Amino acid sequence: MPPLIEVENLAKTYYRRRLAGPREEVRALDGVSFSISRGTTLAIVGESGSGKSTLALCLACLERPASGCIRFGEKDILQAGEKDLRAIRRNIQLIFQDPGSSFNPRWKVLEILIEPLALQGNFSRDEMRLRARALLEQVGLSSSMEEKLPSELSGGQRQRLAIARTLMLEPKLLILDEALSALDCSVQAQIANLLVELQSSLGMTYLFITHDLAMAAHLADEIAVMSKGRIVEQGEPDRILRQPENGVTRELLAAVPRLDFAGTRVPES
Amino acid sequence: MVPILEVRDLQVAYRSRSGDLFRALEGVSFYVEPGEVLGILGESGSGKSTLAVSLLGLFPRNSIVAKGAVLFQGRDLLKIEPEQLQAIRGKSISLIFQEPSVSLHPTMRVGRQVRQVLVAHRMGDRGELDRRTSEVFETLFGQDAERIVRSYPHQLSGGQRQRVLIAQAIACRPSVLVADEPTASLDPTTQMEILGVFRELQKSLGLTMIFITHNPALLSGFADRLLVLYGGRIVELGPATGVLASPKHPYTQALFRSIPSLDEAHDARKRNLPAIPRDSNLSSPPRSSCPFEPRCPERMEICKSEDPRFVNLSDSHVVSCFKYEGQ
Repeated sequence: MPPLIEVENLAKTYYRRRLAGPREEVRALDGVSFSISRGTTLAIVGESGSGKSTLALCLACLERPASGCIRFGEKDILQAGEKDLRAIRRNIQLIFQDPGSSFNPRWKVLEILIEPLALQGNFSRDEMRLRARALLEQVGLSSSMEEKLPSELSGGQRQRLAIARTLMLEPKLLILDEALSALDCSVQAQIANLLVELQSSLGMTYLFITHDLAMAAHLADEIAVMSKGRIVEQGEPDRILRQPENGVTRELLAAVPRLDFAGTRVPES
Repeated sequence: MVPILEVRDLQVAYRSRSGDLFRALEGVSFYVEPGEVLGILGESGSGKSTLAVSLLGLFPRNSIVAKGAVLFQGRDLLKIEPEQLQAIRGKSISLIFQEPSVSLHPTMRVGRQVRQVLVAHRMGDRGELDRRTSEVFETLFGQDAERIVRSYPHQLSGGQRQRVLIAQAIACRPSVLVADEPTASLDPTTQMEILGVFRELQKSLGLTMIFITHNPALLSGFADRLLVLYGGRIVELGPATGVLASPKHPYTQALFRSIPSLDEAHDARKRNLPAIPRDSNLSSPPRSSCPFEPRCPERMEICKSEDPRFVNLSDSHVVSCFKYEGQ
């Protein structure tokens, strides 16, 4: 079976004007290639500046790479016309670290959920409400939340709402960009479980972008380590954790705070 | 040893706009020894941030301090005159928050921002202020000190900005440093680096540190003692190694179980993590009951109707749970 999404040699450079001298060139993506099979999770692990967020934006069609190819289904996203792009955008949804800022603070939960379908214009009010309520339940939010404002929800509840909202359009690929990072530890576990369950029941495919190597290893079928716009290592979680080959991977591993750390932390000198 | 900081039966509540009372801290008591690192483990809604600001007497307008005392070197910070509190805050007790990107003035060089703290506390004449500023930058930046002093926040990395915040906090050589999620917005390697900075400062300056976080792994190998906060109350307190290796309170145990470990067995991957069920109740739990009862896998009838009392387990490890009564 062909992969759901195939990325080949993606490149993107940002230019920054400096006060004096020539402009600065930042190679956010420097030849990135990978593919994700249907119903699986690829985790992209890296620190800030590695290019992982730029990758998320390019795949979600919010940024245009300078060169390379993104094949989704049979279509090359970068060559697609507006009509095809609209369909593609529906199928690739993005969830950020801070869902709160993507919700209209004056809208109630039900309205927030209905909006993506309302924009499509193909459904009656009742149909949309029905679907919204079904999804609320699916993500573990009670129907009593319908009338609440985003500010009345906890961080975990807001993230569940963000997931429900993306599911309204029945996407095939969900890109999660540090989606768990701002949540408390115990809430991360709840949302991680929800993601696993949705993958199993809906066949969701995930691109899970994070700097949390332990969570990546827990959720992913494959891990790709990014640094300076490139993938420096890729493989199954067990292999990456037990036999890291690249220096960046080893550094990231060493930086994971461990509950069972036996010694005393030695400060960097 | 005489504790440098002592919190006695602190009760703080907030009045919302609709008039509802939210009890953030419900009778918290603990002490801190000079030179130790006390880790406070708490998630959102546990009262940890209220506790952090309480230690400096920085209560927001809508708060009500119903009861309690915060004794610093024997003086109750909740009862002294505002001018006296002003002199202590920033100079003897300092607080570091989470977001360095919003805490620094964007159009002022960072050297000057640190110097301002010294000016505010009248730490000497111009020469003395310059000397102290250089000194603290050297402590935190080593050879890069001269370049960093002249930089603007946007020219610095996240880790460097956090070091500037730390510089501000220690400029006046406080005896106590309270840090509330100081590494939350940082990358893992930068996070480790900053933890190392804290450890180094703590040793070289004899600082007493109170490190507040929701991530218990950060306290491992760092904190001397660990205090677990849930629903505005202390549920467990003891030597860090003991609490981390062998947690006793059902909440602490459930929390540690829910965190994915690097050593996870292959067939545990992509399976359910043993998450704590339901949400921690954002509104005040009823008084006279255990705040964790609704989610506790080991709850008993008594947990709903009475306040759990502290039980002394071995080695200055206490836990507030009916499970241990009668032991």
